[in-house]
Amino acid sequence: MSEPLPLVLVVEDEAQMRRFICVSLTNHEYRVIEAERGQLALDLATSHNPDLVLLDLGLPDMDGLTVTQALRSWMRAPIIVISARGQEDDKIRALDAGADDYVTKPFSMGELLARMRVALRHSAERGSDGGTSTITIADLRIDLVARLVFVGEDEIHLTPNEYKLLVVLARNAGKVLTHQQLLREVWGPNHANDTQYLRVYMGQLRHKLEKIPAQPRYLVTEPGVGYRLREE
Amino acid sequence: MTQERPNPDELLRTVKEEERRSRRGKLTIFFGAAAGVGKTYAMLEAARDELEQEKRDVVVGIIETHGRYDTGALLLGLPILPRKRIPYRNIVLEELDLDAALARRPAVLLVDELAHTNAEGLRHAKRWQDVEELLEAGIDVYSTLNVQHIESLNDVVAQITGVIVRETVPDSVVEEATEVHLVDLPPDQLLERLREGKVYLGAQAARAAENFFRKGNLIALRELALRQTAERVDADMRVWKAAHGIDRTWATTERLLVGLSPSPASSQLVRAARRMAGSLHATWIAVYVETPASIRLSADERAQLAQNLRLAQQLGAETVTLTGENAAEETVRYARKRNVSKIVVGKPTHPRWRDLFGPSFLDIIVRSSGDADVYVISGEARAKPSVARAKPPIRPGGRRAYVATVFIIATATWISWELFGWDQLADVVMVLLLGIVIVAMRFGYGPSLLAAVLGVLSFDFFFVPPYFTFAVTDLRHILTFAIMFLVAIVISSLTQRIRAQADGARERENRTASLYAMSRELGAAASADALYEAAVRHIADVFDCKVAILTPLSSGELAPVGGGELAFLPGEKEMGVASWAFTHDRAAGLSTDTLPSASAIYIPLRAGKTQVGALGILPTDPRHFIDANQGQLLSTFAGQLATAIERVTLSEAAQRALVQIETEQLRNSLLSSVSHDLRTPLAVITGSAATLTEPGLDEPTRAELLATIQEEGHRLNRLVRNLLDMTRLQAGALHVKKEWQDIEEVIGSALTRVEDRLGTRAVETHLAPGLPMAPFDSILIEQVLINLLENALKYTPDGTTIEISARAVDGAIEVSVSDRGPGVPPADAEKVFEKFYRAGAGEGRGGVGLGLTICRGVITAHGGRLWVDARPGGGAAFRFTIPLDGPPPKVRVDEEPVSAEGATA
Repeated sequence: MSEPLPLVLVVEDEAQMRRFICVSLTNHEYRVIEAERGQLALDLATSHNPDLVLLDLGLPDMDGLTVTQALRSWMRAPIIVISARGQEDDKIRALDAGADDYVTKPFSMGELLARMRVALRHSAERGSDGGTSTITIADLRIDLVARLVFVGEDEIHLTPNEYKLLVVLARNAGKVLTHQQLLREVWGPNHANDTQYLRVYMGQLRHKLEKIPAQPRYLVTEPGVGYRLREE
Repeated sequence: MTQERPNPDELLRTVKEEERRSRRGKLTIFFGAAAGVGKTYAMLEAARDELEQEKRDVVVGIIETHGRYDTGALLLGLPILPRKRIPYRNIVLEELDLDAALARRPAVLLVDELAHTNAEGLRHAKRWQDVEELLEAGIDVYSTLNVQHIESLNDVVAQITGVIVRETVPDSVVEEATEVHLVDLPPDQLLERLREGKVYLGAQAARAAENFFRKGNLIALRELALRQTAERVDADMRVWKAAHGIDRTWATTERLLVGLSPSPASSQLVRAARRMAGSLHATWIAVYVETPASIRLSADERAQLAQNLRLAQQLGAETVTLTGENAAEETVRYARKRNVSKIVVGKPTHPRWRDLFGPSFLDIIVRSSGDADVYVISGEARAKPSVARAKPPIRPGGRRAYVATVFIIATATWISWELFGWDQLADVVMVLLLGIVIVAMRFGYGPSLLAAVLGVLSFDFFFVPPYFTFAVTDLRHILTFAIMFLVAIVISSLTQRIRAQADGARERENRTASLYAMSRELGAAASADALYEAAVRHIADVFDCKVAILTPLSSGELAPVGGGELAFLPGEKEMGVASWAFTHDRAAGLSTDTLPSASAIYIPLRAGKTQVGALGILPTDPRHFIDANQGQLLSTFAGQLATAIERVTLSEAAQRALVQIETEQLRNSLLSSVSHDLRTPLAVITGSAATLTEPGLDEPTRAELLATIQEEGHRLNRLVRNLLDMTRLQAGALHVKKEWQDIEEVIGSALTRVEDRLGTRAVETHLAPGLPMAPFDSILIEQVLINLLENALKYTPDGTTIEISARAVDGAIEVSVSDRGPGVPPADAEKVFEKFYRAGAGEGRGGVGLGLTICRGVITAHGGRLWVDARPGGGAAFRFTIPLDGPPPKVRVDEEPVSAEGATA
């Protein structure tokens, strides 16, 4: 018996946009349900239990943050928000409230699909009690048991915090993590606003891991939002 | 359906009423020779007439019936404004309630006794000032006045009756009155009324009969009153003639000049000059000449002088203060300059023998007056005793000066003794004189006097036979003594005078210098705050006070501006005084006639015709404050300040206007540019899409068209993004959220964004090691880098390299984006950053030309600079700086690397 195709809830008030997203998703073997209002989205989510939610932040009836929080209160499926340029604050707040990733209008479907893939994979892995002992992304290899990091053949020596930071990023490879999320994970909730620490450590990590720190292959900066460990 | 049109008569009446209300009110004075002639009665009769016949709103402001029955009876039926009660010591004074009257706004207000002095604590010192305010508010006023209350007649009345009347009303008030009703009563009838008790009652009546109400007085006063009225009628006649084009028989080219002095007799002179000027219909000038002797005026004399000047001003003179060596010469010189036709001076009061020493003031005036007539007015010594001449100021040192004098003379004696002895008496005298001169130079009058005496005594004692006694054998030596003494006195008085002159000159120079210094600073002040600060500093320095500058807000209320420790903040009551001064364009507060109980003086600041605010002066020592000179200087300072404030306000307004014009221009050019640049990609998209619907297209063509649509879509996106950014920039809505971060990160993310458009171009990054963090807004700077990179992509061919580098410079980091394209010619190095500038041939169609402008706007908002350099070997290098304002926040970094053994699972 083949697994059913993943169900995606598309919440977008702009009809044309909804149209092309749904067409494209269907083409890439997803099942789609649509909602053009926040309230309807919540209802559909409850009734259909989708595997992933695409949420536009510029909904007319409810603001994206509220929808995200409402969904997150009971749903574990990944949420990807669609934001417009200039809505940085909403974006970050949504990510901190539990959204997994974002795309900015106008986006390419390729990018969206890639992020959806990442989000779904992480969601599946979470379910299956992550027993990985190694994380490998291209030339980067992290031995979680021995706490060793390799780029290619070279072993890289990291300080405890650098290591922790890298692991958090690696465990969420492909997904964006906000400053706050990273700070909380690595330094604890008391340091949620010490963005300086984060920047310094990310800088150090970049210089240790990347061939050309200014043109990073792995550790990508999302300005204004956070960081992402790039997979492909 | 009828349309209701407003009644035109109704409209006209309303308009007229409005007009009348906005005009100044009319003053009707009921004028009489003495109390009891029936002025109040006449006024009340006229008022009742207005009320009953003309149906106008008549209210009684304040009426003194003095207990007379028939007057009191007339009051019945007239609405009366409650009086203001002022507690004074253990009685309660009742005064006109000015604010209530202003609030009530009747058409006509009755205010008795125009010359009355108000109780302390009221807004104005005099009732006629209250009436002025009422008139300005558009309220008509009826009032009463006796002839003795007119300012310029004051001394004439005093001469007649022997009583000096202190409550006076300036002539200008009476002259500007719309109507003056003479209430005339022959003296016999008035005396009859007094006897009948219809004027004063009881004891008061008896006293009046003895003093004021003598028949001779009454006759003279009546004549005075009649003459005043006749003059007024004459004036009316002349005005009527002029209005009807009837030739005037004479031209008023007469000009009067009267000399002022600090003596109280000067005020008589002023009034006489006023009367003369009035009857000649001439303009008149009151002149005070500051001579070296003026330094030695006492405070009382200064006050009297100020009073005299104020009186002259009040009576309508142009007041001028001159400086000079000799008062008479200076006066005549000025008179000649101003084409004065008549000079008025007082009779000489000095004793005859003084004339032996040189021409007196009067002599000089008379002899050098040239074409002008000289009128010498007699001023009898008044009841007031003349103020005692102040002692000349003792030089600092006081007693020490006298001791030093003795010492110097002793030294001089000793030197003469040693050097000359008894034979060369002439040389001895010289040396002693030298000693005296030295004393005169260093010390004041007293010590020099002492030196002269000591010198003579010493000469007598030591050098004149019989030696060592004060006796004199040869009587010719007495002559020597006398001459020595005389010479000593002359020299010392000359030295004193020179010093006084020097002091005077220095003081004048100081005043001028301070005024100049302030004007210069005010002129150079670039902003309003700099202006206020400079003004406060100077004024506080010169006048030894604290300063408040008040300017009107948009609501019209005054608010203090500027600050600092030399400024003071007026309290609520004081602000009221300031507002009054501002609204009425007259100085108010300390040392003025209006609200003199305030702690500071407030001067309105007026530049030309516009009121720009008010200046408050809080003197450190209120007693030694305003004298005539200070007053003039203060108004000069105020004038400068007003002009400067106006200038700054205007320049700020001009700048705002300029910005508005620029915004308008930008908007216009934007609109025209936008419409073209948006329509083109849109046209391509719609066109391509339309073509796609046509049947029979082959795959490659379809693919091409679709790719075009995508591409044009991206282009439109960039365009719109740039336009929006530009709009935000222009509107000043660009909020820069600076955070300390590595430039490396934004460079990386910017590169990621343009990755897919690089084609075969290579990108090299050279970041200096150890580059410090800088404070910037990552999203904005990323945008700058993207714009620069897009530019590079647009203008460089495939296969070339784009370089991004960053290094630390003094106080900033410098980032460069360089390419190997055609570069930017030096002539265009600045132009490229202008709005809508597009280089000649770019690859494909360029954008709207805003990319670099936006970059510059963002960098400028960060406090940095953006420019373009030419690269050796070809190409352009765009460089920008981001300043590091201060050191980055400290972060504790752990050093220990992770080791495999020490790890805990």
